[in-house]
Order: sequence, then structure tokens, then C-alpha cells
Amino acid sequence: MDRAITLIVNNRQVSEIVPPAMTLLDFLRRRLHLMGTKEVCREGDCGACSVLIGEGEKDRVTYRSVTSCIFPVIKAAGKHVVTIEGLNRRGLNFLQREFLAEGATQCGFCTPGFLVSLSGYLLTHEDYSHQEAINALAGNICRCTGYLSIERATRKIVDQLQAANLSSRQKLEYLVDQQVLPPYFTNIARRLSDLPNQTYDESVPSDGKAYLMAGGSDLYVQKEEEISKSPLLFLDSRVFSYIERDGREIVIGGGTTFEAIRHSTLLQKYIPRLPDYLNLVASLPVRNSATVAGNIVNASPIADLTILFLALEARLILKSAQRERSLPLHKFYLGYKKLDKSSEEVLTEIRFTEPPDSFRFNFEKVSKRMHLDIASVNSAFSVTLAEDKIAEVRISAGGVAPVPLLLSETNTYLKDREISTSTVEEALKIANQEISPITDIRGSAQYKRLLLRQLILAHFVTLFPDKIDLAAFV
Amino acid sequence: MKNSDNIRHVRGESLFLDDFPVPEGTLYAAVYASPIAHGRMKRIDITRAMQVSGVRAILTAKDIPGQNQIGSIISDETLLAEDQVQYIGEPLAVVVADDQETARRACRLIELKADALPVVTDPREAYRQGHLLAPPVVFSMGDTESAWANCNLIVEDRVDIGGQEHLYLETQGALAWPTEGDGLKIISSTQGPTAVQRNIARVLNLPMHRVEVDVLRLGGAFGGKEDQATSWAVMAALAAHHLKQPVKLILSRKEDLYMTGKRHPYSADYKIGLNAGGKILAYQVTFYQNGGAYADLSTAILERTLFHATNSYYIPNVRATGISCRTNLPPNTAFRGFGGPQGMFVIEAAIHKAARALGWPAYRLQQKNLLEEGDLLYYGQKTEACHLKRCWDEAIDRYELSRREEEVHKFNSTHRLLKKGLAMMPITFGISFTNSLLNQASALIHVYTDGSIGISTAAIEMGQGVNQKIRTVVARLFSVDIDRVKMETTNTTRIANTSATAASTGADLNGNAALIAGQTILNRLRLHAAALLGIKDTKKIDIRDERVCIDGQPGDLYWPELIQSAYVNRISLSAQAYYATPGIYFNRRENKGKPFAYHVYGTAIIEATLDCLRGTYAIDSVQIVHDFGQSLDPLVDRGQVEGAVVQGIGWLTLEELVQDSQGRLLSNTFSTYKVPDIYSAPGEIRLTFLSGVDNPLGPFNSKAIGEPPLMYGIGAYFAILNAMREFSPELNFNYRAPLTPERVLLSLYQTKLMET
Repeated sequence: MDRAITLIVNNRQVSEIVPPAMTLLDFLRRRLHLMGTKEVCREGDCGACSVLIGEGEKDRVTYRSVTSCIFPVIKAAGKHVVTIEGLNRRGLNFLQREFLAEGATQCGFCTPGFLVSLSGYLLTHEDYSHQEAINALAGNICRCTGYLSIERATRKIVDQLQAANLSSRQKLEYLVDQQVLPPYFTNIARRLSDLPNQTYDESVPSDGKAYLMAGGSDLYVQKEEEISKSPLLFLDSRVFSYIERDGREIVIGGGTTFEAIRHSTLLQKYIPRLPDYLNLVASLPVRNSATVAGNIVNASPIADLTILFLALEARLILKSAQRERSLPLHKFYLGYKKLDKSSEEVLTEIRFTEPPDSFRFNFEKVSKRMHLDIASVNSAFSVTLAEDKIAEVRISAGGVAPVPLLLSETNTYLKDREISTSTVEEALKIANQEISPITDIRGSAQYKRLLLRQLILAHFVTLFPDKIDLAAFV
Repeated sequence: MKNSDNIRHVRGESLFLDDFPVPEGTLYAAVYASPIAHGRMKRIDITRAMQVSGVRAILTAKDIPGQNQIGSIISDETLLAEDQVQYIGEPLAVVVADDQETARRACRLIELKADALPVVTDPREAYRQGHLLAPPVVFSMGDTESAWANCNLIVEDRVDIGGQEHLYLETQGALAWPTEGDGLKIISSTQGPTAVQRNIARVLNLPMHRVEVDVLRLGGAFGGKEDQATSWAVMAALAAHHLKQPVKLILSRKEDLYMTGKRHPYSADYKIGLNAGGKILAYQVTFYQNGGAYADLSTAILERTLFHATNSYYIPNVRATGISCRTNLPPNTAFRGFGGPQGMFVIEAAIHKAARALGWPAYRLQQKNLLEEGDLLYYGQKTEACHLKRCWDEAIDRYELSRREEEVHKFNSTHRLLKKGLAMMPITFGISFTNSLLNQASALIHVYTDGSIGISTAAIEMGQGVNQKIRTVVARLFSVDIDRVKMETTNTTRIANTSATAASTGADLNGNAALIAGQTILNRLRLHAAALLGIKDTKKIDIRDERVCIDGQPGDLYWPELIQSAYVNRISLSAQAYYATPGIYFNRRENKGKPFAYHVYGTAIIEATLDCLRGTYAIDSVQIVHDFGQSLDPLVDRGQVEGAVVQGIGWLTLEELVQDSQGRLLSNTFSTYKVPDIYSAPGEIRLTFLSGVDNPLGPFNSKAIGEPPLMYGIGAYFAILNAMREFSPELNFNYRAPLTPERVLLSLYQTKLMET
């Protein structure tokens, strides 16, 4: 059923009636005729349609970048949407001037997306760094420039701005003053609070007849036509987004986004390199939408977060109107894209036991392109040692079976053993027997076998370089 | 700067085809294409599709009033297939509906009834079965057969090179609307407006003057819109012609990926012979080009492969055979470099392998054989103003090759799992369409009474900066502020019989034509100024910085007043001019001649780091010395180099086209076909503009830039390979591209694989 929404697009309040599955991209281009936001891939893989979504909370607005081609316009209700047109001011803004000076635009098709992403970075970060700014641009594909000029422009921009220790309001004023943003930005918080209260997120489980959308980043890519014809519900991102401690357990709401996980200080306590691992997963605008529940339920055998949680021995909380149950993640997958889950059940929560102090973790992923790509094989490794012996160990592997795989036999073998060259050699052999990769677009079966061997080896090389003799393996 | 494309780009205000407001009553078209790669058609069942509400028409071959033919060099390709289908994605019907979704939905309800025929996707297999697009072509010089006896080392091998998807961000499309008298106006995203015009006229049986094609800009093209933008524009025109309403046809990304051709994959066999001193005495090579189902531009592309088969090296005895093979894939087409890169890759592989046999670093062998001034290229042209060795020597010097070698050696001896590799890549690339007749252009310049200037040429702006260059040329000629100068759209009613903007020649041909037109106006203005100022000798008059000067001394007459005065005195402020590249020819019976106006030279040093545990790699740096002539716009030229280098690296590393045995493209999305992202770009690209060089054939001594630097990317392949050898010195390596992480890892661990 079509629904009425009110939102602020750039400097303008807009009320429209829209179909629930309509993408923000189509809304911007076809309804509002804002043509600066470009359609290129329609799967969140190029960033040409990047826009910012600003969410008001009291007197401040929190922005994030999203790829509007896989983002439902309904989720923008009550929010501020910023496109390239909304960044323009008389003449050129600071970012535009630097892009021009460095020749960071050629055909011009990707340029609005880059500028929106970079503006999003400047709006959302405290201490500007070249490295993180580049990370914010990693979801934007340019086929003309080779990126070097974009990097130069970005470096100049980041070097010249300094917004540390500013309050949210001060930062907005600073960015307006530096001609990064047009002045109207400072009024958006107030204008958002004046909008009617609208919510289309659903807190109740689905009746099984409707599609339930979390972040939408997989549903739009795989089933755009189906969801446009069926009833569509939305997982309530406010109710189901949290990462917290509950006694001896860590609890993650199903609607938590990848990016929230990446920045979680609680999770980083156990997995210090979590931000690096998550950098290898999708891109910032997709991580800003994609959720952990969506990743697990989508049941891709190569799902990065699922592989990570398998190694944490995570459990799932599945809720329906009638009941609630808990299930180990590795038992959730019955076959290729087949789940132990009824259509009424909703994955609301992921839980795992707080790891002990001696806990070590590593994540490996190899894809054709290192970033913004789907893995050929990925693997996570968690281990605790007790007096030189492996007390607990979990190795998971993606891309080597019809389901995201916990390498149970390998793990059983490793338990209570000392880490040594011969132990690892034997573990590699067992792992090789546990898997059944197929040849597909991500690589040949032979390659995936070899690659998993290498990645398991990489776990040990990374965490225990002194305990194995490399010469035995390479 | 207000007429700069780039200002509009950064503000998101540049209009591309899909951004134009459409005329009242516009309908939308979608294309139904063959789901099988080879078959005899029985019938196209459109019954269910016609029942979809909102569908206005479904057009097939029988609805074509003129010739059902769009072949460019060889007339072998229908617009809509009639009795046979030859590839998955071959257009069969055009569905026209009230909106795009309806048209696409209706397409999915059409069914092709056909008897499937055997599918061939491999060029060597096609050759064995005799499926050729044209007879084989042989270029030769000297006598390879007798030369082998004088060689101390002979190396033979096979090389396989993958194709490349253009992945221009703006997909193919066109908007057509009927004009009076059965005419049509088309906005097309094409590099070749005349090709669009000619084919619409041919298919609709109209004289060309009834068809107006207009192009503002393209969102990237890279050759993919030279020939292959045509069919979509013709389909939109066909629908508009039938329905007498405007029709817009834009391919979705998936449609664009599976329906359109790519850079040609090649397979090649070579034999190279050297004397003890490392001089290459003979080179013999056979190229099997995977042309796809129809000829498209394949024969011309194959010819350029032959022209560049010896890259930057003098070889006295050469025999190169090119075979254009017909396969059941979309017709492969132009892509930046136009066959040159494939030719160069094979000789580089040969040199690399021969150097290894000699126990030399490859660059030593490259260096021994570099072209010098006056050397005879094997197709009959002598090198002129050959700056290759200057580029090579300056690269070694400026970028401190020997120090770098030491550093790499030290790094490799202290790292077990990380290895570095260095490679050098010289390039020599010929500038001109090799089909000499295409090297012509015209320009039309109007100076308006307020002193502003509008220029029309055949040049299509697609991101390469040709508009900026032509504006620069004209502003410099008149010596006026560049803000006064605007490039108009490319339009077939203003500029007729255009050559496509291709072969890196856009700025040369159109810039030269604009110079001639501008000179005509300038001459009139000087005459007028002389009369106005009472100076007898017109030679004393010129314009500098918007002011009329006498003997170089600026006076009080400024550009706007001069123009106003010329107008009042009935002096023409418009001129049209024509330019044809002088002195080029090629004899296709002997395959000898002077096909190129000049060559572009340069050298790159590429460094890569390889993770030998995971099989992944990074390109650390690309350091280049390049002969730009005298650059018209260093910022534009730098951008062209950087973009081309990264595209070239992408071609040989990440970008892998995958088809199944039935000719179905599996790498058919952004998520499965990976082009370089910001993280896979090289850590640095250093660029030195070779100094003190000129080029009388380029506007203001500039040189063409679009394609040549792509071939520096070839060096990345060999840098990675050299790093692989540091890890496994006994590596048994197949020269196959792209060198994906998969190929790297499988090569590095061949022996481990055999153990398991």
C-alpha cells in the first residue's frame, strides 16, 4: 500500500505518496527531478547514487551516506536527504574547488557521488585523516581518473580542515564557514523536529506473507521486482539496533548495521582489529545500511559477518508472535540458502559469551578486488590457549560449502593440542576434507581449496608466527 | 571558467542523456534479446507481452522499412535478427510502452522459439572450424625463415589475453523524436554521430539530411560507444518513426553488460629469435582474435594489433599474422588502444621469456632493442622525432632504477612472504586512424556580437577533456579569455560527415580544423583593425590579451569593440574549415605505408608487492616519462595518463570476463566484474613531461594522449610476475591475462597442489 511521507530534501520540505518499495534514487530522479544523483549499477556497488541521510535527535542531526539505489525512500521519512544539489552554493564550495583544481573529475558521472561521500565524511568525523577519508570514498567507482587526482584533492581538503573538539553545532557552523556546506544546514535540526512524527518500521514479527526488510542491501539486489509487488515490512532500526553486555554475554540487535559493529568499542575489546576486518566488507554506504540479521538470514555461504560470528560461537534469538527460541548459529543453515527458520520468525538478536582474557582472534578474506568485493574464501579464527595448549578453538570458512561453515572436525582435532608445524599440517589436511567448494564466478574449486589452506595458515602466521616453520608450508 | 564542463560536473549540473527533460508524450523502449548463443529462429512469441497494459508496440525485423543492416566495415550485422541468432544478447525485438518498467516487464514475457545450434566461444576453435570474420592478414618485413639460423636463442610460446568490459558509468541509450516530413531528431550517447545518422537513414530508408543527431556529452565511453552506440539509437528512431511519438531507450546495467561487446580477447603463438648480444633478429607471431558474432570494428582493431606487434623495438625480420575469428559472443569492439595493447602484450611476454632464458633482467633485453631515429617499422614507416630512448634513459635516471633495484633486492632477501617486483614498459603508439580516409574533420566557429565565441566540431566530450583543449586552442589563437569560448554540442546539421571521436585523434583533428576556421576569422579581424586604425601593413596588427596591438604595442581597441565594429562594417564573424591529416597512406595489398601522422613515446617503471601467502598484490608505484609534445593542458593530460594507466592495470589484473560454455556472461554485474577501486589504484603515479619536444602535426605542437598511456599498465603484469619469481624461482608460468589473485596463487603453489 502506498504511504504518505514528509521529509526534507536539501533545503526543501517535501510531502509525497510513495509505493513502499520505491528506492530513494527513483524518488529523487523521477519524482523530484534531481538529476545530479546518478543511476549506474543499481546494486550498491558503485556509489554514483550516494546521498546523505540526516536523522534528527533533539538539537543535532546525525548524517550517514547511503547508496540510494538500494535504500527505500520510506526510510527517509522524517529525515534530511542531501544530494549534490543540496551541497551547492553560489560559485563553488570548497570541495568542488579542490576537485576542479586537481582535475578530479573527467566524464562527470561519478563526481556527485564522490563529493557527497566526502561531504558525509567531513560531517560525521571528528578528527580528519586522509586514511579514513579515503575509506569513506571506497564505495565510489570512477572509471576515468584512476583515482590519483581524487586522492590528491581529498588530501588537500582534509589537510586544510580541522574540526576536532567541536560540538555538533559548532562543527556545522565551521563547515558552513569553510564553505563546505551551504548555510541552511544549521537550521535542519530545528526543521526536522517540526516534521510530523512518522514511522514505517515495524516492531512486530511478520505474518510470513510479507517481505521483511532490514537494511535492504540484499533484497533490492536480488528481488527488486518481487518486493515491489508484495507487502513489505521494515525491521525497526531503533528497537533492534544495539550492542551491549548482558551478564556474561554480548548481545547484538539484529538491526545493527555493519558500520555500528565496526565502531563498537565493546566488540573491539575482544577483536581489536575489527575495524580493519570490516573495512574489507562492502563499502561505507552499504555498511551504513546493511544489518547483521540481514547478513545472517540472507544465508550467503560467503557472508562475512556470519563467518565472523561463527568463530565467536554465536547464538541466534528467533522470535515469532507465538514464541522465542535460541539456536546456535552453525545449526541455522540446513543447506544452500535453507534455514532452520519459519517464515513467521524474525531474527532479533545475536548473542555470544564474553571471551576470556587469553582470547585471540583473526579474520582473513581474499577476493578478486581487496575491497568492495565478495570473498572467494573468507575465514575467521578464534582461539584461547591454556599453558601452550589450545583450550578452545573455532575456525569458520566461507565459500567452501553450500553454507557458511564451521570447520568442526578441524576444530575438534586442534583442541587440547599444542600449536606446532605438524599440528597445523594435520589441521590443514582435515580442513581440506571437510569442505566441498564449487567452481563459480568467485573462483575455481581447486583455487578455493588452496585458498582456504592459505587462509588457515595465515591465521597461525598472524597470531603465532613463532610456533610454526614456514618452510614446511610455502 | 563558466564554460567549463568540469564546473558543471562538480555541481552535479551536467546533463547526460538520462537527465534531459523528455518531450511531451515520450514512450519508453526496451530490447528483447536472444537468450541462446546460437540457433535457427522459428518464431518470436510476443502474444503475452502484447497483452501487458501500457505496451504500445513490439517491433521486429519485419517492421524495418529500409535495410535491416548496421554493419560498419563489413555489412554482416542486422539491427534485429531475422533467421539466425549468433550470441546471447542479440537484439530481436523492441518493446515500446508508456514507461520503462512496463517495457522491460513485457520483454520478459517474450519467447524465442528456435533450434539450438552448436556454440563456439574460443577463437582457436572457431578458426579450426573455419569461422572467420575476414580472411587472415599478414604483415611482414625481411625473412624470418632464414633468420632463425642466425639466432643463438629461439623461444616459442603461447599467450592468452582476456577481454575487458568498458564499464562506462553511463549506459548506452538514445532519445528520438519525430520531426516534420518523416524526419527524426536523436540525442544519442555516441562517439560517432554520423554513424548513428547513416544507420538510421539506412534502416528507415531516409536521406541522411532528414536525420539530425545531437550529442552533448557522454558519461564515459572508452571506445564502447564508437560503433556500439548505434544500434540503440536506431531502435529508438525506428520506434519513434513507427509510433510518431518520442521514444527513449536506455539500457539497464545488466542489459548493457551482456548485450554489448568488449575489448577483444586474443590468443597468440609466437617465436622470437635473438643473437648472443641480445639483439632480436626475428619475430613471428599469429594472433587469434576473438571477434564475437559480427565484424563490427574487429578487422580494423586486428590491423592495429599488427601495427603494434613489435611495440618499441626494432626487429629486422618480422612476420605477423592476424586472424579475426567469429564466435558466439557479442561482437567485440573498440576499447582504448584498439588492439594495440594486445599486440604489445605478446611481444613483452616474448621478451620476458627470452630474457629469462638468457638469465638477464627483461629490461636489459628491452633496452638493447629500443627503436631509434629513422628505424624502419615493419609496416614501412620510419620513425621520426623518435624520443623513445630519451624517455627510457630519463626514466632510469630520474627514478633511480639501480637504487630501486637494490632496495627491492634487499626487501626480497629479508621477507619470506612478501616479495617485490620491478618492470619497465616502453611504449610507441601510432597516431591516426589507420583507415586513412577517416583522418578528416571540420569546424564551425561563430563569434557573436558581444565577443563570445561558439565552436562546433565533430569532437565528442566523454571525459577526455577535448572540449577544454579545443577551447584552449581557439582562445590562444584569438588571444582572448577562455571564458569567452564555448563548445557547442556535436550536431550533424552543423558538422556533417564526421569521423568518430576515437583513435586519440579528437583534439588533433578537430583542434586543427578549429585553428583553420579561427585563423580565417582572425585574418578578417586583422584586416578590419588595420583599416580602422589606418595601418597599411596588416602584418603589424595582432591581438594580444584581448587588445589589438600594433607592432606588439597594445592600443585602445579591445576585443568586444573590435567585434562590434567588424559586425557593423559587415565583416563575417563566422567561418567553417576543413582539415585532413597530410602525408598518410597505407597500401593494403602490400601492407606497407605511412599510416601514422606521428608516434607517441614514453617509458614507465612499475613496482608491485606480492603477498605470497594469500596471492594478493598491490601496485606500489608507476613512474613515467612521457612525450606529450607541448601539452595544451597539463592537468587534462595528467588525468588522461593516470586514468589510462589504472585502466590498463585493471585489464591485466582484476578485470576478468567469465563466460560459461554456452556463451553466457557470468561476470554480468558490478559485483562480479571488478574494476579498480580507490584502494587498488597504484600507491603513486609519478609523471615527467619530456621537455623540449614539439610536434608540428598537433595543435600548438601538442600530441594525442587518450590511448597510449593505457599500455604502461602492461608493466604491472610483469612486475607482479617478477615478484612471483622471487618467491618461486622455478615457477612454471603460463602467460595468461588477467593475472588475478587466483592465477597468482595457483601458479605459486603448483607443487603443493600436486601433493594434495
